[in-house]
Amino acid sequence: MKKKASGSLALVQRLALAPYSVWSVLFIVVPLIFVAYYAFTDLQFHFTTDNITRFFTATSVVADEAGTREVHTYLLIFMRSLKLAVISTVICLLFGYPFAYLISKASERTQSVLITLIMIPMWMNFLIRTYAWMTILQDTGIFNGFLSMLGLGRIHIIGTESAVVIGMVYDYFPYMILPIYSVMAKMDVKLIEAARDLGCNGAGVLRRVIWPLSLPGVISGVTMVLIPSISTFYISQKLGNGKFYLIGDAIEGQYTANNLHFAAAIAFILMVILLFGMAFMQRFANKRTAV
Amino acid sequence: MKKIIELKGVSKSFDGQLVLDHIDLDIYDNEFLTLLGPSGCGKTTTLRIIGGFETADEGEVIFMGEEISSVPPHKRNVNTVFQRYALFPHLNVFENVAFPLREKKVPKAEIDQRVNEMLSLVALKGFEKRSVTSLSGGQQQRVAIARALVGRPKVLLLDEPLAALDLKLRKDMQQELKNIQKATGITFIFVTHDQEEALSMSDTVVVMSEGRIQQIGTPIDIYNEPKNAFVADFIGESNIVDGVMLRDRRVSFSGHVFDCVDEGFEPKEPVDVVIRPEDVDIVPEEKGMLRGVVTSVTFLGVHYEIIVDIDGFKWMIQTTDFVDVDEHIGLYIEPEAIHIMKKSEYSGMFGDYSSFSMELDEIGELEQIEELGELTEEPEKEGESEG
Repeated sequence: MKKKASGSLALVQRLALAPYSVWSVLFIVVPLIFVAYYAFTDLQFHFTTDNITRFFTATSVVADEAGTREVHTYLLIFMRSLKLAVISTVICLLFGYPFAYLISKASERTQSVLITLIMIPMWMNFLIRTYAWMTILQDTGIFNGFLSMLGLGRIHIIGTESAVVIGMVYDYFPYMILPIYSVMAKMDVKLIEAARDLGCNGAGVLRRVIWPLSLPGVISGVTMVLIPSISTFYISQKLGNGKFYLIGDAIEGQYTANNLHFAAAIAFILMVILLFGMAFMQRFANKRTAV
Repeated sequence: MKKIIELKGVSKSFDGQLVLDHIDLDIYDNEFLTLLGPSGCGKTTTLRIIGGFETADEGEVIFMGEEISSVPPHKRNVNTVFQRYALFPHLNVFENVAFPLREKKVPKAEIDQRVNEMLSLVALKGFEKRSVTSLSGGQQQRVAIARALVGRPKVLLLDEPLAALDLKLRKDMQQELKNIQKATGITFIFVTHDQEEALSMSDTVVVMSEGRIQQIGTPIDIYNEPKNAFVADFIGESNIVDGVMLRDRRVSFSGHVFDCVDEGFEPKEPVDVVIRPEDVDIVPEEKGMLRGVVTSVTFLGVHYEIIVDIDGFKWMIQTTDFVDVDEHIGLYIEPEAIHIMKKSEYSGMFGDYSSFSMELDEIGELEQIEELGELTEEPEKEGESEG
């Protein structure tokens, strides 16, 4: 009897999972295979590693204030993407962590109000949000209007790296707060009392108990902000005035120029790098929480 | 003996609800003191005020001669063993115990030595590298005790530390805690709602109810000389009957005049009389000072617990002699077995076992009716059985 019951339960579970399995095979696994296939083939669909090699070897000549020089095009673009993504992630963490802590300490009612407020922008399309930031940050935009109203003079933001970072931070901020908040909300208040009892002042409690226990949330928050901001493409075009060509823009550019095989190669390399990065962070997370 | 903590007129309310009502309590050096009472009596709040986790609305908290109401927990020379241990899950056994020493920047060699000393005190040598989440409840308890003692506090606060353990383990830990307290000479303030635990471990028991201290005394005093009906009922089993003090050493209750050993009451003063169930002797009916009918008998291994109806008031008696239900028996009570208490706000609320037996009767009747209903289904027959 018991065995039969659990057997039919497993069947129900499998049936319930079926739509998702079909969906993920069709729209995740198959496309990934296509990406890999295109990355390693040429226009005649013969096997080649040229696309991959091109990513690492292609050069171009850059002329700016520092002079004229030859650079590795795609490595430079990748490093620029990484730099902006890391800056955005650090800013998200610096603001998101204390914010998540404060939310988790608020009354239950306030908590749900604040979490809803954080999620509301996520319901809007991110293109629309990015356009909104264009109007805010333009030289004649709302932000500069506000500054000049206060008599502080205008500043030029749009088309700078700062504008791109602002856009990224705004878009991915909720993904930093939510996982950290959910870990902190579950944290046992008695642990904080125990730390106070055992001689920790406020800073000591934060450093020795709250921070290490919230680390899993921090790691998933960092992952969820860093990875999409490395591969983002639209923000840099609209807020950076196209001056900061990022790896996502490179993929999009090659794709729209109908270089499908090279676009697939860039995407494939990016994916491999990110997978290694995530595996490393996961290891780090396991090590810190398994002690 | 030296006073280590004094509470003077301490009061505390939560959301307008008075939880502590002007508590006065002196705690002495090297003492095992227990705060005992039902849930909601204010015992945990008292502990948290001493630990610094709550601030009293009124009154003074004096620690070794100094008022410490505004001193935060990490600056008090007091440590706590929390109810559910509150061990740090990200640290192993050694690091949990070393936690307060690292905060004080104690040299590494001394940390090793002191942590090892504590781990052997609680019999956890060899567990240093283990994760605290892999330990059993009893072992986690020991880590919590070692962690609270390693900083050499003057006072250890224990908030129902044994509540989560099973009976056998609880008994062992009671003994062990008592031994640790003697070995270290640290004052223990122990909170529990388990009266047996309180009696077996403590030097001093503080019985609390509704935010007030009802009685402070040694376990023997509290048991033998309860101050009011609440204490008499909460500590052990008690028959509490209305009586009148005729003069010194003479009391009348249940229609009989008894010799007793209490003095100092007004003539004709109404009093509460306490007789413990184990202090009543069963004698043949004609030789009894009181006479009654047995209404229930429960076998409890060591003794029988019987309920005797004496003129409508139900007494509980513990005896090793077998008597049967409906048997008419006599009761004999020694003068030393009678304890007289002043009337209090708790008079008449406790100490009658009729509710105890009636509950059982009611459950029995309900079961009978249900059985009948199942058998017959027809409402007329049910009516017949009631009539």
